[in-house]
Amino acid sequence: MTLAEYAEKHGLKRVGARSPFVEYIKDSWNRRVFAVTLASYNNEAADARNRLGRWWVVLLPTIQAATYGLIFGVILGAHARPANFIAFLFSGVFLFNFMNGCFQGGSNSVTGNSGLVKSLSFPRVLLPISAVIREVLNFWPPLILMVLAMLFTQEWPKWSWLLVPVVLLLMAMFSLGLGMIAARLNSQFRDLGKIIPFMTRIIFYVSGVFFALDKVLGSQPVMFAIFKFNPFYDFIQLSRSLMMNEFVATRELWLQCIGWAVVMPIIGFFYFWKAEEQYGRDD
Amino acid sequence: MAATTKKSKAKLDDSRDPIVIVDGVDIIYRVFTSGKLANRRNIGSKKMESKLKIREVHAVKNVSFTVYRGETIGIIGTNGSGKSSLLRAIAGLTQVQNGAIFAAARPVLLGVGAVLLPNLSGEKNIILGGLAMGFSKQAMHDNTDSITEFAGLEDFIDLPMRTYSSGMSARLRFAIATSRNHDILIIDEALSVGDQQFRKRSEARMREMREKAGTVFLVSHSLDSILDTCSRVLWLEKGVLMMDGDPKTVCAAYNDYTGPKPAAK
Repeated sequence: MTLAEYAEKHGLKRVGARSPFVEYIKDSWNRRVFAVTLASYNNEAADARNRLGRWWVVLLPTIQAATYGLIFGVILGAHARPANFIAFLFSGVFLFNFMNGCFQGGSNSVTGNSGLVKSLSFPRVLLPISAVIREVLNFWPPLILMVLAMLFTQEWPKWSWLLVPVVLLLMAMFSLGLGMIAARLNSQFRDLGKIIPFMTRIIFYVSGVFFALDKVLGSQPVMFAIFKFNPFYDFIQLSRSLMMNEFVATRELWLQCIGWAVVMPIIGFFYFWKAEEQYGRDD
Repeated sequence: MAATTKKSKAKLDDSRDPIVIVDGVDIIYRVFTSGKLANRRNIGSKKMESKLKIREVHAVKNVSFTVYRGETIGIIGTNGSGKSSLLRAIAGLTQVQNGAIFAAARPVLLGVGAVLLPNLSGEKNIILGGLAMGFSKQAMHDNTDSITEFAGLEDFIDLPMRTYSSGMSARLRFAIATSRNHDILIIDEALSVGDQQFRKRSEARMREMREKAGTVFLVSHSLDSILDTCSRVLWLEKGVLMMDGDPKTVCAAYNDYTGPKPAAK
């Protein structure tokens, strides 16, 4: 009898073995309180060392929108601007930041919590999930600012505003999927961490955050189609079309967004789970 | 149990209840190095940083043993002998290259370096640690006071953990980990930073766990504490399991190997 057979006979299981997919999902679900608690504690701790503390959650997006407003509204020309530029810019910047925050938070969640990963064993996927929960908890100030920007520019409330939270949920699901993929890649190839900021920069510039895609690319149908495939653009455009009179929420846009929001987290979760045994290794 | 040498085959005893089985385990680290090893000739010269290479470090070499229910295993060996690597592998935190490790329950490792979340208060670390171990939030709110008391940190529990001394954070981690009865607990020198008073308290708790049919692994450089608490000792040297058996015999052999003790001790 070999040791392995002996172990099996006495019901011993291999240590550190990744649990089967279904069991892993159950395990993660059972510890969901951990993910939520970690998110809210991290939020509390994040600003504890700054004088202004939690006020930064409101101040930062305001300063950001003002900066972009200065650059894109005053310095750059007006040819690429939609009619209601302030509401357009505020919604673009805040929504992009939301997705970007989920993505970056997710991608740093395993490497940035190595103390936790090295000392406790729990389903690691809770870390990127917790990072996304944290972004969701932090999104209320930008959301209020966005609504204020709408009202300020005479976009009056209508029933379709009630659908905005649904789109936000879809956005969170999509970015969670991205975050899980990035978390695994980042923990296996540290070099990636250097490139991610450039990737998000590029996505920022091509997602129609501060210019209307159709005004710039209207004469190039092929490029326009490629740019429209970009999920970041889709989500931002869908949210805008629910709030602003200028834009229309087409069926195509809805389907695209729902598709991204369903497919990405499934792929991401599976991809992350595949490497479960390797997180938190020193080398 | 008689001391056995490394070459003897592990005896498979069906009448006893195995808890952990380590089966021919190799642990190899691949680490980026900065070219050449430093020696007298090339030190300070440009050659040293010329090439980036991957070097393999064979930390644990073909180690096998079986641990039965109710044993407390001491692990000794000089620095860098592979003790921590082996324990991290038993806890499932390091991948093994060859062989496999089997366990009856999920082993919990208590190491020296691990700070949970440095920016959070001790109390929040207690709650998060418990949640990660699978406690409910209600249970953790109920347990927080007794954990704090055991760690002796009542006055500092609201401070961020980064402000704790190494002894304080080791105490807190020990208290969190042992707040629940684990079938298998691994303690990697975590108690060496605690003071005399805490050492007594933690040894009492380890004995308590052992009586509840738990299994404890203990790495320590204090042979006295190993002799006090362990029922069996493993001696690792350069990744090889040199000896496995009765504490007195193994510690005596280890003492011979490391040379005569300074007279003062």
